[in-house]
Amino acid sequence: MNRHVTELEFERGLADIRTALERLEKAEAKGGPDVVAQANKVRASYDQALTEIYRDLTPWQRVLISRHPQRPRFLDYVATLFPDFIELHGDRHFGDDGAIVGGLATFADRSVMLVGEQKGRSTKENITRNFGMPHPEGYRKAERLMRTAGKFDLPIISFIDTSGASALQDDEARGVSWAIAECLKTQANLHVPIIAVVISEGMSGGAIAIAMGNRVLMLEHAVYSVIAPEACASQLWRDVSAAPEAAAAMQVSASQLLQLGLIDRVIPEPIGGAHRDPEVAAQYVQAALREEFSLLANEGLDWTTHRYEHYRHLGRMELLMDGSQTTGNGRH
Amino acid sequence: MDFLRRARGERFRPVEQQALEQLPDDVWHKCLGCRELLYEKDFEANLHVCPRCGHHHRLTVSQRIESLADPGTFAETDHELRSLDPLGFTIRDRRYLDRLREAEESAGVPEAVVSGTASLDGRPISLAVMVMEYLGGAVGSVAGEKITRTVERACDEQRALIIVSQSGGMRMHEGLFSLMQMAKSSAALARLERAHLPYISIIADQTYGGATASWVALGDIIIAEPGARVGFSGPRVLQAIKIRLPEETQKAEFMLQHGMVDLIIPRPQLRATVSALLRHLTSHCSARKAAPAPKRRRITVRSTEARE
Repeated sequence: MNRHVTELEFERGLADIRTALERLEKAEAKGGPDVVAQANKVRASYDQALTEIYRDLTPWQRVLISRHPQRPRFLDYVATLFPDFIELHGDRHFGDDGAIVGGLATFADRSVMLVGEQKGRSTKENITRNFGMPHPEGYRKAERLMRTAGKFDLPIISFIDTSGASALQDDEARGVSWAIAECLKTQANLHVPIIAVVISEGMSGGAIAIAMGNRVLMLEHAVYSVIAPEACASQLWRDVSAAPEAAAAMQVSASQLLQLGLIDRVIPEPIGGAHRDPEVAAQYVQAALREEFSLLANEGLDWTTHRYEHYRHLGRMELLMDGSQTTGNGRH
Repeated sequence: MDFLRRARGERFRPVEQQALEQLPDDVWHKCLGCRELLYEKDFEANLHVCPRCGHHHRLTVSQRIESLADPGTFAETDHELRSLDPLGFTIRDRRYLDRLREAEESAGVPEAVVSGTASLDGRPISLAVMVMEYLGGAVGSVAGEKITRTVERACDEQRALIIVSQSGGMRMHEGLFSLMQMAKSSAALARLERAHLPYISIIADQTYGGATASWVALGDIIIAEPGARVGFSGPRVLQAIKIRLPEETQKAEFMLQHGMVDLIIPRPQLRATVSALLRHLTSHCSARKAAPAPKRRRITVRSTEARE
């Protein structure tokens, strides 16, 4: 585990332990057994404090974790899980968007098509990746690659990590809504299975655009929402600072969405979040994907119909009978 | 045009502000575009379009349906569907369920979508009209379900599909359930496409968010009303993320210029245009047996069950 990551606001208590640990670790190399023992003790107390904090996280805290600058990105998972990845560029119409990356790779001895949203880490990279906010050409690239996958019977794995699609004037001019809608329709039509993994932030239309999976998985601390909590807070609470309340009210965390039947599986993260141990996080993702792949192989059906049924049932409502009698059709 | 009247020797007297306020609501209507006073009967007859400046005022749902369907043919469907509060959503002690009740009272309809079957110049159609007055046309489970059923009804009964959209986006109070309506409706539209049935998407003023990025954009033919505001992120979302777009960007005319909509048609000509388009689109394949729909039981209201 990497204990030297930037603490989030609710982890401030860890900062002191980390500073102490850093001092000890410097001495550890040349120090005697007591220094090593003491360092181990401090490490243990760090881990314990971390476990305490992560035992019970609020949805908003998960939003913050999902946005942690050191959180593994799509291409980090690609590097570990798909070493033979061949990136394919461009939407064949306008350009090549850096915020959506796609290409061919092997997984579990099968060729697959990967499509994922990619945030940058440095400022420079973030500019080329537009902070993970795809332009219309990104969605058109995703759509074309998914169609190619359909043509050659390749399963699709999509990785979702975006604060939303880019919504500037140029994006409107190139039809960002139209590009997202086409993505949805293409996925609905595909006869190959799609597995979607929300790895960090899945915000709004920009997220579901590539997340119409037969199976939808989420990392433990990832969030998936109809709208960013800040935007929800500013509209419904008329106050951006109510974002934590909005995140809680919209039930954006993986465990809540699983409970609501909106996603299919939660992939655990190492203690302290994926950013503290990206290697282990990648292993968990790999294990989950392997299982999903064998599930898909067993189910081996008409994936178009499967997907139709999957999304057809999403929604909660009731039927008003004649008079004012209602029948509950909520939870069964 | 005042100088013309004067040139013709017409007497023109400015109306006193006070007199304006005393005018009975049901006789005169003040145009929101040019502030001209319009005789209510003319205004109604012209489908709420100002004869002077062409400003398109909002139609009520029943007016909209009357303006498109053959008289007496509209039969409403799925009127009994009601939203639940799957998340127990409250904003500072204000419950979503109460908000729904208020919306129903103020809008006069129980959801943001009114749907049904009708005919248009004798052709069978499946029609959905969105209601801006109901929570700003925000789409939750029921609105999404009604749109989806309207599409499925077109598939099952070999009808042409017409959706008149106006929406503030997805309904935040139902969280991810709302977002999933984009996938649900798009999947139904994909089925309609495989069945080779025509879908005319009509954009009325103020269409944003998830509606735009799913069924609005997936029309075989997309028609916008003049001056209609249409775009991805609505103004309040843009405000929240501190983005300011030039005013002309999220407009029907901008979308036409950039190739996103097929036509901008003034409302008085809308019906005739839709009718002509449907005539063309169904002229050749009316005899063709539609592509078989995926085999499935007729879906009635069913909730999601927590899948472990």
